[in-house]
Amino acid sequence: MSTSSSIAPPSEMKSNFVLEMLEWFGELGIFVWQVLRAGITPPFQISEFVRQLDEIGSKSLPLVALAGSAIGVVLALEARYSLVRFGAKALLPSAIVFSVITEMSPIITGLVVSGRAGAGIGAELAAMKVSEQIDAIEASAVDPKKLLAATRIAACIVVLPLLTLAASFFGVLMGWVAATLIEPISLTRFISEGFKGAGFKDFLPPTFKTCVYGLIIGTVACFQGMRAKGGAEGVGSAATTSVVLSSLFVILADVILVKVILLLFP
Amino acid sequence: MQVSQEENSTMQSDSKQDEPAIVIQDVSKSFGSQRVLDGVSFDVRRGETLAVLGRSGTGKSVLLRIIVGLQSPDRGAALILGANMSEASAADISKVRMQMGFLFQHAALYDSLTVEENVAFPLVHHRKDLSQAERHDRVEQLLEEVGLSGHSNKMPSDISGGMQKRAGLARALALDPVILLLDEPTAGLDPISSGEIDELVLKLQEEHKMASIVVTHDMISAKTIATRIALMDQGKIVIEGSFEDLQKSDERFVSQFLHRDF
Repeated sequence: MSTSSSIAPPSEMKSNFVLEMLEWFGELGIFVWQVLRAGITPPFQISEFVRQLDEIGSKSLPLVALAGSAIGVVLALEARYSLVRFGAKALLPSAIVFSVITEMSPIITGLVVSGRAGAGIGAELAAMKVSEQIDAIEASAVDPKKLLAATRIAACIVVLPLLTLAASFFGVLMGWVAATLIEPISLTRFISEGFKGAGFKDFLPPTFKTCVYGLIIGTVACFQGMRAKGGAEGVGSAATTSVVLSSLFVILADVILVKVILLLFP
Repeated sequence: MQVSQEENSTMQSDSKQDEPAIVIQDVSKSFGSQRVLDGVSFDVRRGETLAVLGRSGTGKSVLLRIIVGLQSPDRGAALILGANMSEASAADISKVRMQMGFLFQHAALYDSLTVEENVAFPLVHHRKDLSQAERHDRVEQLLEEVGLSGHSNKMPSDISGGMQKRAGLARALALDPVILLLDEPTAGLDPISSGEIDELVLKLQEEHKMASIVVTHDMISAKTIATRIALMDQGKIVIEGSFEDLQKSDERFVSQFLHRDF
């Protein structure tokens, strides 16, 4: 049991925290450099990359579709209420389409994948680390950063925009279903009004910004997994920190990327 | 990295038969304030098996990890097939590792792969000249060699600890290594399984004439499979020699270890 004398003073705790944080970022930087170098050097681990596309992409699709559908329905109900109050009910399709595609789908997809795939990658690699499987790969003259990390990070980068498109599709579709249940409107009219005046520059940058989310989720989860220590506790901790940190960085990246996109595509 | 059988055999013949395959020179390693290895030196030639014994936490497994290049010594050098594992380039370390087989303490089988896929792992990554059928045949041959025929499609979690060790051994032998490193091959096994593993290691050693290091607590196992035994205490080698040499020793620690004489 700790006593009051064993508790470090606040200033020392603060400096320890700062040091640990700097150390974490330093190690992350080295890890990213090593993975990047390993990832671009042949031979490429194509079969593992394809397996990860399925593991992270296909298996996240139902959850992402469900989340996208929920956003569409909620937006249709909430936006309708507000728009009716201001006499702008005709803008409902545009409000749903723009909200879903430009912001809601990308961030929700990022957070859903961060929760599902981030935890999965973090826990899997941590379990491999503590049971010496990663050491066994290295002892077999195979670079674990190339085989395990580069493939997972690349798969996350490729899969995120595709999942975002799926979330957007289901969001718009279910937004129309919800809207039409309250006040019938044909799908053709809903789509044509929703996309009126919109161009590719409105939709492509928000969708492809999720590549950055994929990079963040894959990198943080692989990093946390491959540096795990201890037994079951270490695995659990790696999974939890993978989700917490990748979600946090996805949200921070979203704030920055929204501003960047608005500057680049006014 | 792909190495053809011809290139591999050339590399093996390049490592001169009469020179030690493993040379450990004055290796020291500490973790924080705890020194686990303190000026350890020895060498192992092809056809020899050195058993490294000692109390838990005396750095025996760390020694194996330094030999494979998974950890670096604080002082001294591990010269494996002529390459200094803490200074060689990544490419050279990979070449050396391809000539090593390592059985981890808990086998470290990849739990998402079947036994066959585990054994095939080094072949898939380093013997791309083999067709799928040839690879399958090689795996079957290795599994038969370690007595695991008929278990190729099982997952590691579906087989016993002894079978996992055998599968790990088959994986370690997949690339016909010059050096075999075994970390506690009989730990956690019943006496009969331990005896079977010992016989298997002895048989493999007679057939393949590798330079082997076995880290163990099991004196019976060491006596059975080793040509030399090194006994470690507090990070140093207390005595190195045959089992008979150990029996003749007057060292109190040796006597305690051999006869549980306290």
